[in-house]
Amino acid sequence: MKKAYLIPIEILGILLALIWLSPFYLMIVNSFKTKKEIFSDTLKPPSTFSFDNYIQAFKELDFLRTFGNSLLITICSLVVIIVFSAMAAYALSRMKSKVATVIFFIFVAAMLIPFQSVMIPLVTIFGKFEMLNRFGIIIMYLGFGTSLSIFLYHGALNSIPKSLDEAATIDGANRFQIFWHIIFPMLKPITVTVAILNTIWIWNDYLLPSLVINQQGMETIPLKMFFFFGEYTKQWHLALAGLTLAIIPVIVGYFIAQREIIKGVSEGAVK
Amino acid sequence: MRKKDLTYWFFLFPALLALAVVVVAPLVVGVYYSFTDWNGIQVKEYVGFKHYIELFHDKEFINSLWFTTKFSIVSIILINTFGLSLALIVTTKLKTNKILRTIFFMPNLIGGLILGFIWQFIFTKAFASFGSIIGSEKLQGWLSTPETGFWGLVILMSWQMSGYIMVIYVSYLEGVSKELVEAAEIDGANVFQRFWYVVFPLVAPAFTVSLFLTLSNTFKLYDQNLSLTGGGPYNSTQMVAMEIFNTAFSQYNMAYAQAKAVIFFIIVAAIALLQVYLNKKREVEM
Repeated sequence: MKKAYLIPIEILGILLALIWLSPFYLMIVNSFKTKKEIFSDTLKPPSTFSFDNYIQAFKELDFLRTFGNSLLITICSLVVIIVFSAMAAYALSRMKSKVATVIFFIFVAAMLIPFQSVMIPLVTIFGKFEMLNRFGIIIMYLGFGTSLSIFLYHGALNSIPKSLDEAATIDGANRFQIFWHIIFPMLKPITVTVAILNTIWIWNDYLLPSLVINQQGMETIPLKMFFFFGEYTKQWHLALAGLTLAIIPVIVGYFIAQREIIKGVSEGAVK
Repeated sequence: MRKKDLTYWFFLFPALLALAVVVVAPLVVGVYYSFTDWNGIQVKEYVGFKHYIELFHDKEFINSLWFTTKFSIVSIILINTFGLSLALIVTTKLKTNKILRTIFFMPNLIGGLILGFIWQFIFTKAFASFGSIIGSEKLQGWLSTPETGFWGLVILMSWQMSGYIMVIYVSYLEGVSKELVEAAEIDGANVFQRFWYVVFPLVAPAFTVSLFLTLSNTFKLYDQNLSLTGGGPYNSTQMVAMEIFNTAFSQYNMAYAQAKAVIFFIIVAAIALLQVYLNKKREVEM
């Protein structure tokens, strides 16, 4: 079955992949160099391998704490988004009234609103109620993330027949039991998609944390990276080691859940 | 019947409340503020369309709008060309198929802020080194002029988003039945004819999806803009999102910034509604 025209395509693909990887290559290679070495040439491999840059960047970034902050905010927001969006989508798919249609439409329409057009009043409103903290940011992530999540859950729920609910009701289950023990487990595939899309977004978000939790000790990875970079802008050896550190958790996650991630992203985009 | 509905309202309440507080209320309040002299703390008087008239004469704002538009158009063309090409490569029967997909998609998982910093290094340092090896002056001083800042942003976004768009095209291309393509092959169609007459019409919906996805992503760009060029030199590469941010949080011109934000919302919403309209139209035609 092997055809001759496949060989040049394969070579082209590999060449492009090397170009795609070259920024990462340059980042990693130079993160091991001294300041002087980077100054003289950025393309050569380092003369000696030393982890000094990494040790210093790790300390300056307060990496474990920063990583912990990112993890805490991402996980809490994720749990809140998944639980409340699934519940809301369930209610909307089972309510028979016109009001439900209107509410669903409002959720979908809210996806059109860019963050910058609500950012200024949002920050002042939350500031008035002393909510510019971690609790506040989780509510904000719920508000911004719930639309797409409800939309995805709603699509999946429409293919779960209502006769299932009715059968469970006859067996004496109440609405909460039906949702938690029957419906929610059936939504697992779409929950994975919802979790992936929201994780990529929240983990990498810079602007919202910079407005809401811009305080010493609370910084997430992107936020800390911004200050770190500002401080070491002429010291690329440290900046690059810091950037590499920041990327490692993402790459590890990618290799663990690669198939689910690519599937989730294409599902989220196509819908 | 009423009791049943009450439980549903209980299910709906948390998400609805969050949406109201985080999105709907700020939007409504924001539109109101844009017609006043709001300074971030209080409103003294209603000023009507003053801010809206002002912003159409605001060179900085108009420049950022124009820059954003230029950037979006060039990026959309490049990202979709690359995205489709990559998709065609990784959907042929190659040994390296899976690993190639993994590599091309990888930049999308990393935050825009971090990617911008990495590319700042590539453009300012690695380009200069490479330039002195091959003896090219053109690779020196990148990001220090408006042109190299523009192309720097375009290259960064093409590198990042092509893999994302590739994934979308792949999902459509894999939906094209193999029998159909093989039938065309038996009928004597060559590779290009098979693509042009059989595959292309079947993946046409992917174009609408990809086009608008790139448009909305490039038009709203902020993180990469901030970390790669910071809007410089002299605000020449400042995009709309950053312009609004700076008006509000550097110049503390809150009500005026909010008027810009409202215009931004109208443009973004119009683009999205156009997409919905085009999708509906095609569904009817099919």
